[in-house]
Amino acid sequence: MTDKTMTPDEAVGRLRSGMTLGIGGWGARRKPMALVRAVIRSQITDLTVVSYGGPDVGLLAAAGRIRRLVAPFATLDSVPLEPHFRAAREQGRIAMTEYDEAMFMWGLHAAANRLPFLPVRAGLGSDVMRVNPGLRTVTSPYGDGEEFVAVPALRMDAALVHVNRADRAGNGQYLGPDPYFDDLFCEAADTAYVSCERLVDAFPSGTAPQTLLISRHSVTGVVETPNGAHFTSCVPDHGRDEPFLRLYATTPWPEFAARFLSGRTEDDYQAAVRAWREEDRT
Amino acid sequence: MTTRAEYCVIACAEAWRGDGEVLASPMGQIPSFGARLARRTFSPGLLLTDGEALLVGPDGRPEGWLPYRRHLTMVTGGRRHVMMGASQIDRYGNQNISCVGDWERPTRQLLGVRGAPVNTLNHPVSYWIPKHARRVFVERVDMVSGVGYDRAVGPYHHLRRVVTDLAVLDFATPGHAMRLASVHPGVTVDEVRAATGFELVIDGDVPDTREPTPEELRLIREVIDPAGLRDREVAPR
Repeated sequence: MTDKTMTPDEAVGRLRSGMTLGIGGWGARRKPMALVRAVIRSQITDLTVVSYGGPDVGLLAAAGRIRRLVAPFATLDSVPLEPHFRAAREQGRIAMTEYDEAMFMWGLHAAANRLPFLPVRAGLGSDVMRVNPGLRTVTSPYGDGEEFVAVPALRMDAALVHVNRADRAGNGQYLGPDPYFDDLFCEAADTAYVSCERLVDAFPSGTAPQTLLISRHSVTGVVETPNGAHFTSCVPDHGRDEPFLRLYATTPWPEFAARFLSGRTEDDYQAAVRAWREEDRT
Repeated sequence: MTTRAEYCVIACAEAWRGDGEVLASPMGQIPSFGARLARRTFSPGLLLTDGEALLVGPDGRPEGWLPYRRHLTMVTGGRRHVMMGASQIDRYGNQNISCVGDWERPTRQLLGVRGAPVNTLNHPVSYWIPKHARRVFVERVDMVSGVGYDRAVGPYHHLRRVVTDLAVLDFATPGHAMRLASVHPGVTVDEVRAATGFELVIDGDVPDTREPTPEELRLIREVIDPAGLRDREVAPR
């Protein structure tokens, strides 16, 4: 079996400026933050980011890497409004394609199923149609004749997701309560990079099959990044780091970036977080 | 003595009366207490969530799995009644949670439209507004996230009620313009009118929001919210 393991920087080394990049997880939940941090260490820019947005969007927007965001929201959950996403929008630094949550999901389904679009009962009557004037509608060919929005496929160049466990071939397992849409992100993208809390040689016999969310045929690279979703949640391995999340939300970006994101590797980030925690405790 | 917050809990609970086996999705503390009160009293068929991926009974024990993608199926399948928040709302119930100002370059970026467009075309929707004010009840919202009656399409659009710290509003008028359905005891009609940025429909004498029964008050105070969190969302007055 092909060994697909690589470091965060090797995975991000496969990406290019101008790409459309999908990011799994939801809000401040199970975000592939180690891979996002690797993007920030790289020179990659001009990205179109597709995400149920959380601090992944905030970090990339603050670092000036996003040209366009495709999303139904961006939130830190316990802090409802994402400060860096807000600043980027209010200062006109990012373009946006605003979708409703369901439109977004069906866009992923369409891409994963090689369909140009899927019809949805969502968006009509709302200003999503006004601010995304490229959206088309279709009429049901059956007796009801209802009109729907034809959500275009959200096909991506690459997807980044984070799970609890993965093997070297790229099979990914989630152990938390919600798969989010991570398997769809992988299937809707031309390449996909799966980071995990822990790499396993094999999943033990007796593994609940429905936890094996991501299948290796849809995965390009596997990255072991313990605590790699930090500071978002990755239950049951770790919850959300609320004190750090509040620090992120209240610290001016240059100061935050200098302290936590100026290292050369993910290990440097994790060390900076440990140092902050020690300091915070005293 | 029933507090203002307790009238709000009762008014929110009433939104789900007669709903049967649908998911009650409350956004905010008081709507969540209202949903649980309805589930324990007059709407025992309601489904509740733990706020993550579980359907739970009134004691918090699991009875089902509800990750986001199944949640979205309940939305489009129609088996849900949400009570959302609103940064702005107009007389026909158009709601905005996306941004204030011009969408291209907002003066205040908020959440994004989230699920408001899909919710409002697929199942009953109510709103909870903890501070009834003119900057919320506006003549025109800046970005229509949730769809109001004058823009509704499809067969399933239904806005049920708007509960605020002052009153209950609904759309039971010939043209579906927002109507003052009841005022919470201690609030005057003029007070509501003054806090609303458009002309409300007011037909005849506006009744008071109903009193809770002794059993409902006991459930709120002793079982559902013994810590008194409701008073933090709507202060006693």
